[in-house]
Amino acid sequence: MPPTHSRSVQGETRDMTTPPTSAIEAQRRPKVEPRSEKSKPTGNPEHIRIADYSFYYGMSQALHTIDLAIPERQATALIGPSGCGKSTLLRNINRMNDLIDGIRHEGDITIAGESIYDPFLEVISLRKRIGMVFQKSNPFPKTIYENIVYSLRVAGRNKKSELDETVETSLKAAALWEEVKDRLNQSAFSLSGGQMQRLCIARAIANRPEILLMDEPCSALDPIATGKIEDLIHELKREYTIIIVTHNMQQAARVSDRTAFLYMGKLIEYDETEKIFMDPADPQTEAYVSGRFG
Amino acid sequence: MTNPPPTTSTRPQPPAGETYVWVTGMGLTIGLVMILFLLGLILRNGIGVFWPRRVAEVTFREERDTRFREGLRTLGVILLEQDRDIRDLTPEQIESPDPADRREKQLFIGNRDVYGQSFAFFNAGNIAAIDYPDNVIRAERLEWGDALLFPVRLHSRDGVEILADDPAFDGTLNRLVREVGDRRREINRIERFAIGRINLQMRDLELRERFFARQDALTPEQEAEYATVRQRMAELQAEYDPLAAQAGVLRARQMEYTLDYRVISGEARSMPVGHIVHYYYPNRLNTPARVRLMAHHIWDFLSGYPREANTEGGIFPAIFGTFVMTLIMSIAVMPFGVMAAIYLREYARQGSLVRAVRIAINNLAGVPSIVFGIFGLGFFVYLVGGTIDNLFFPQALPTPTFGTGGIMWASLTLALMTVPVVIVATEEALAAVSRGVREGSLACGASKWQTIQRLVLPASAPGILTGLVLAMARGAGEVAPLMLVGVVALAPNLPIDSMFPFIHLERKFMHMGFHIYDLGFQSPDSEAAKPMVFATTLVLILLVVVLNLLAIMVRNHLRKKYAADTF
Repeated sequence: MPPTHSRSVQGETRDMTTPPTSAIEAQRRPKVEPRSEKSKPTGNPEHIRIADYSFYYGMSQALHTIDLAIPERQATALIGPSGCGKSTLLRNINRMNDLIDGIRHEGDITIAGESIYDPFLEVISLRKRIGMVFQKSNPFPKTIYENIVYSLRVAGRNKKSELDETVETSLKAAALWEEVKDRLNQSAFSLSGGQMQRLCIARAIANRPEILLMDEPCSALDPIATGKIEDLIHELKREYTIIIVTHNMQQAARVSDRTAFLYMGKLIEYDETEKIFMDPADPQTEAYVSGRFG
Repeated sequence: MTNPPPTTSTRPQPPAGETYVWVTGMGLTIGLVMILFLLGLILRNGIGVFWPRRVAEVTFREERDTRFREGLRTLGVILLEQDRDIRDLTPEQIESPDPADRREKQLFIGNRDVYGQSFAFFNAGNIAAIDYPDNVIRAERLEWGDALLFPVRLHSRDGVEILADDPAFDGTLNRLVREVGDRRREINRIERFAIGRINLQMRDLELRERFFARQDALTPEQEAEYATVRQRMAELQAEYDPLAAQAGVLRARQMEYTLDYRVISGEARSMPVGHIVHYYYPNRLNTPARVRLMAHHIWDFLSGYPREANTEGGIFPAIFGTFVMTLIMSIAVMPFGVMAAIYLREYARQGSLVRAVRIAINNLAGVPSIVFGIFGLGFFVYLVGGTIDNLFFPQALPTPTFGTGGIMWASLTLALMTVPVVIVATEEALAAVSRGVREGSLACGASKWQTIQRLVLPASAPGILTGLVLAMARGAGEVAPLMLVGVVALAPNLPIDSMFPFIHLERKFMHMGFHIYDLGFQSPDSEAAKPMVFATTLVLILLVVVLNLLAIMVRNHLRKKYAADTF
């Protein structure tokens, strides 16, 4: 069982007194937080391997031979201007794009060495290993409890004690337990926007996946809720390989260990977050992170 | 022109206002007025049927040569007064200073056995006085409609005699009418259920016997069964005889007492008390008593069986038939339509083929219902029903079992007719479920079907129900196709009863829409049937309204439960 995380006292204080955005607005180029423990690579450095991957929607090519390796139990940010293909790339990792007609890909994506396009691999079992959090929070029209245990129920796990335990650990990990523990049987729609997004995170990790994909998880949230989610990402990456798509460069700087900059469907630069923001190799990256375009 | 155009145009003009508000508003107003008028008419006439009205004694003017069956007076319920058709007027009447000469009154005079008609028109100008005699009785009878009578005496076969002015008369008549009512129900129970059950078993055994009788040689087992069949038939016959005798005794007792009475024209008549269903003194009632009586009449109408070519009695079999047919139709149309919609919306590849199918479905909703009726007759009744008969009921042939119109074929025909409504509504409801919820579910490792079953279907349940309601309302009000596939004016049995196998899908049934048509346009005395037409129409409209309200309530409840529309 994973250690249960609850938000630190410092985190709480920072949320209340200095909302992250006020600090962000002050600086043009985001400062990267010093992190001693983060920089230590702890797991498989090629947990997810995206190899010469191209992707087409019908005739239009969305991704051009992307090649990158995402390390285990770290947060990797995908940044870039709108339409650059970062969401497309993210949604291909759990094959969510399969829903769209007329798609096609070249190259391969492997998770721990296994191709996600392996014909013997069921896409459902793939998705059970990968949690996903969407841009718009999308709680199911069910109770808070049933939202969390959904992934267990569809997998045929209905044991009451297991479900109860999952609800508690997932909500604690998503820093929502204290707020909702007395109303687990209320509709998920009774929550606030930030709580709903944390509920979705709790739902995504209820099944104990290896990987957590986050597609602009904070874009619809206010600064306080954003701060809580960011704290959460810091906690969660001890357990999960996180890939986060974000528009917000400051957010990428705050939460990620590595950052990939995509532009027009191409991978421009991929490196340690500090390197990308402090000393980018490519002039386009330089221009983007310093706010000259995008 | 006094003002040259330039001058007018330089003056500041007031704002012109919204012209089309009036045009569009007028469209709505016309529609609303027509609907309210129609509903008001049906409500007034439909409710009015049950109100116990006073019975008037109309005296004609002696100097005018007006007689009704040689009498100067007549008795009846004044239903309406109207202007006479100008073509029916004589020159004197047109010239007459009294406007009453150009008007007429319609009276319900009852006593069809005496007068040959139940309604009559009288020239209003010929009426001298209207009076409300206290001792007139309005009696609802098993035959010949209602009687308006003055009681004379009650007498029994044993020589008991009570005169109408005897204080015990009312109490006795009341008790006797109640007794004959109880006895009538008992006879009905014996004949309809006990004897009916025996008849049904007999029929099956007879078919079996006929089968054996046709065989040239019987195996020993068949011989044994043949013997059992014959023995069983003898047993049933033995059961039947005492029941028939019992019913005969009860019937005879119905004739025990006779009511002598006279009608206004003076004729003395008599009838057995057993023929009286219900009676009252219309001119003795106060308002609460009238309201009570009205409730009683409404109840009898809703729960009773029709009599006298449907023009009298209740419409219970028609209500029941409509209800059961709608229910079977819903059971058939619901899974069929929802499954088709799920395939179209969730699984089929959205392309030109699916678009063509969708257009075809929409067009199907516009096909005239009689076409569905003809299809139902040809496909369900003759082809499917005929095949079932050949395979499973060959011994009954040439009498068809399923190869003739019946409630199942009618329901299936209507299901076919209403399935496009359900498909279209379900598709819309499915499309309204947000993509975010579907993706969230798939990302949790749910399969497509799990997503549909656990999230999409519950969330679209309100919309699906709306479609079902529309289908039910359309099905319940449909008449034309039903006439081809199983509706009858008078069905001997209900489609569901206490006889094994309880649900008789092959039976013909009664339906309110067809009942209205049959009463209004097929009955021998359309004037007599008019009140029933209005009352039945009112019940049909109420049934549809109740169905709709019920479904709206369920829908709102579900909508609250799955309030997913905030996203």
